[in-house]
Amino acid sequence: MGGELLLDDSQVFGLMRFQLIGVNHKSAPLDVRERLAIPESRLPEACRELTTFPGIEEGMVISTCNRVEVVTHTVNGHADLRGFLHQHFQLKAEDLDAHLYEFREKDAVRHIFRVASSLDSMVVGEAQILGQVKEAYATARAVGAARGQLDQLFSRAFSVAKRVRTETAVGSSSVSIASVAVELAKKIFGSLQGKNVFLVGAGKMSELAARHLMAHGCESIFVSNRTYDRAVGLAHKFNGQAIRFDDLYEQCDRADIVITSTGSPQAIFRREHGEQFLSRRKNRPMFFIDIAVPRDVSPEMGKLDGIFTYDIDDLQQAVTTHVADRSKEAERAEAIIASEVERFEARQHTLDVVPTIVSLQDHLETIRQAEIDRVRGRLGQVTPEQEIAIEALTRGIINKVMHTPITTMKTAAKESEATTIVEVVRRLFNLRERSANPDPASDEESERHR
Amino acid sequence: MPLLWLRFALACYLIGLIYAFVALARTSDLLSRIALHAASVGMVFHFVSLAELFLTSHVVWTSVQNAESLLAFISMSFFMVIYAVYKTTSPGVVVFPVVFFLTFVAAVDKQPVLLTSFVQRNGWLVAHIILIFIGYAALLASFGASLLYLVQERRLKEKKSSNLISFLPALEVIDQIGYRSLLLGFPFMTLGLLTGSVLAVLVYGEVNFLDPKFLLSILMWAVYMVMVFTRWNSGWRGRRAAFLATFAFVAALAAWAANYFSTIHRFSAS
Repeated sequence: MGGELLLDDSQVFGLMRFQLIGVNHKSAPLDVRERLAIPESRLPEACRELTTFPGIEEGMVISTCNRVEVVTHTVNGHADLRGFLHQHFQLKAEDLDAHLYEFREKDAVRHIFRVASSLDSMVVGEAQILGQVKEAYATARAVGAARGQLDQLFSRAFSVAKRVRTETAVGSSSVSIASVAVELAKKIFGSLQGKNVFLVGAGKMSELAARHLMAHGCESIFVSNRTYDRAVGLAHKFNGQAIRFDDLYEQCDRADIVITSTGSPQAIFRREHGEQFLSRRKNRPMFFIDIAVPRDVSPEMGKLDGIFTYDIDDLQQAVTTHVADRSKEAERAEAIIASEVERFEARQHTLDVVPTIVSLQDHLETIRQAEIDRVRGRLGQVTPEQEIAIEALTRGIINKVMHTPITTMKTAAKESEATTIVEVVRRLFNLRERSANPDPASDEESERHR
Repeated sequence: MPLLWLRFALACYLIGLIYAFVALARTSDLLSRIALHAASVGMVFHFVSLAELFLTSHVVWTSVQNAESLLAFISMSFFMVIYAVYKTTSPGVVVFPVVFFLTFVAAVDKQPVLLTSFVQRNGWLVAHIILIFIGYAALLASFGASLLYLVQERRLKEKKSSNLISFLPALEVIDQIGYRSLLLGFPFMTLGLLTGSVLAVLVYGEVNFLDPKFLLSILMWAVYMVMVFTRWNSGWRGRRAAFLATFAFVAALAAWAANYFSTIHRFSAS
């Protein structure tokens, strides 16, 4: 997209000034991600804060177990996003910066496409991430933090994700966190027949894991949630039994497998709980699948004999062996993404001539109005009919004259000449920003044209 | 002749031994199948060897070598039973080396030491030996399972991706193998000790409570009982169970070693 020229002139050309910063499961360990995770309830506030940060026009925050990303459209492509993170999380640069990645313009677009298409996921191809990105986007839109530019970016990202899903087999393999959890459970318990599952907190991924476990023979399911009604609803779905959150520790040892995904900032299962469970269970082992970020199960508890804890990172490790199977499909998906990034860029160019066209039209309209005002005195009294005729005449001339240049610009916009044409037009008519600001020289020039 | 068959068996068991060492490092389905077949063939030779011994002499069981050969055979049978039930060759990691060692010692040419005193009570003697040996074999399987349990537990705690493709069966399956062996072995061991005592009374007219063979056997039995009890009562497994099993195993070895210095239960030169 003629990078440098656009960057320098970005005040004039509203091209892809996307900027993105974040951490994911590859760049940062779980404990760093835990500190950066933003609970759903506080996302709107974070989005609002983002848009008030200097240099940022639009912004949104994606916060899932595996990533925290700040996506923005900036004024000049050089917003201090690191500064924003330091300020928002009250963290020192040295704690954070080593784990951050940053993308701009085309790279940011590519990254978003990859994330939405689940190519950047811990388990490549898992479907959940798209839903999470959609939710994040909806939140940002609701508070007005995502508007025109991010709208375009994300609506494109969603259709790219759909394309990847339908055209490649990336999402089709059964490998997922859930099936890895089942594999691990089988490594501990052998057959899952007659085993009980306890679902603590709700969430798509934990539901999915529970469903997998039940499908592999687990006998019954208990559900607990801070909101009892939600627990009842979920239990109903699984034909299980809802447990009040207050009774969690009393009842938990009835389960062999515990899937936990609460939004609790502290671990809810600690060493002493583990000891209780084990003694009540006569040391029969328990398997904790901890999908929550921050973690629900303290690492200390995982050290107990007979307690096996897998958090989200451990599960990732367990799936890495399977990921290789998908790499071929992932390659195809990457090719789709690459072509989609090109298309998006081209579209952005098209869109980019629009401000120029608008300012050109504004500019000419101002001249027309000024000229009409100037001659009105000499015309004397005009009837309304004459008034209309004058309007039609002047407008008609402008439209006729402008027709070819505007079509040319629109056509050129789809090709790489866009920037050149836009620049020429702006120079010829001395256009700045969107609002036309004609100076006498150009006035004279346009008069001569008339 | 019996010795020749035994040596054939030993050659087969050698493959099992190799499997035991390789399996610790990596998983190979092919090798475990080969080891299993080799062990089966070895058992046939072994059985022929034992049968021939039994038919040729009435006192064969009282030779150390033959006793060890019999113990190896019973242990191998126990392994096969486990395989039939659980379809896993992994206990072989512990059983194969022990069986190989016992067979190896038994296959050494010379047959020097013989236990002399009990021979006239042959029926009781055979019962005593068979019962005790089944107890030993069960103890060995249980000991092996508790070691494997530790290995598998550690693998699961280390959370490596290779966990999913390890040669070991599920943790609870290993646990079951260990516990069931323990439960099965306990009555045999108890009855074996009782028949031993009866035999002692028959031969000597009394039980010498201070004899090292007696004391060590009682110790082994006590540890055995503690293992069964802690497991039944509070579900001890993992490290604690492995500790107890090791203790029981060492006690069993000591009880066996007592054959060399006991006054009432001794192998002596013929």
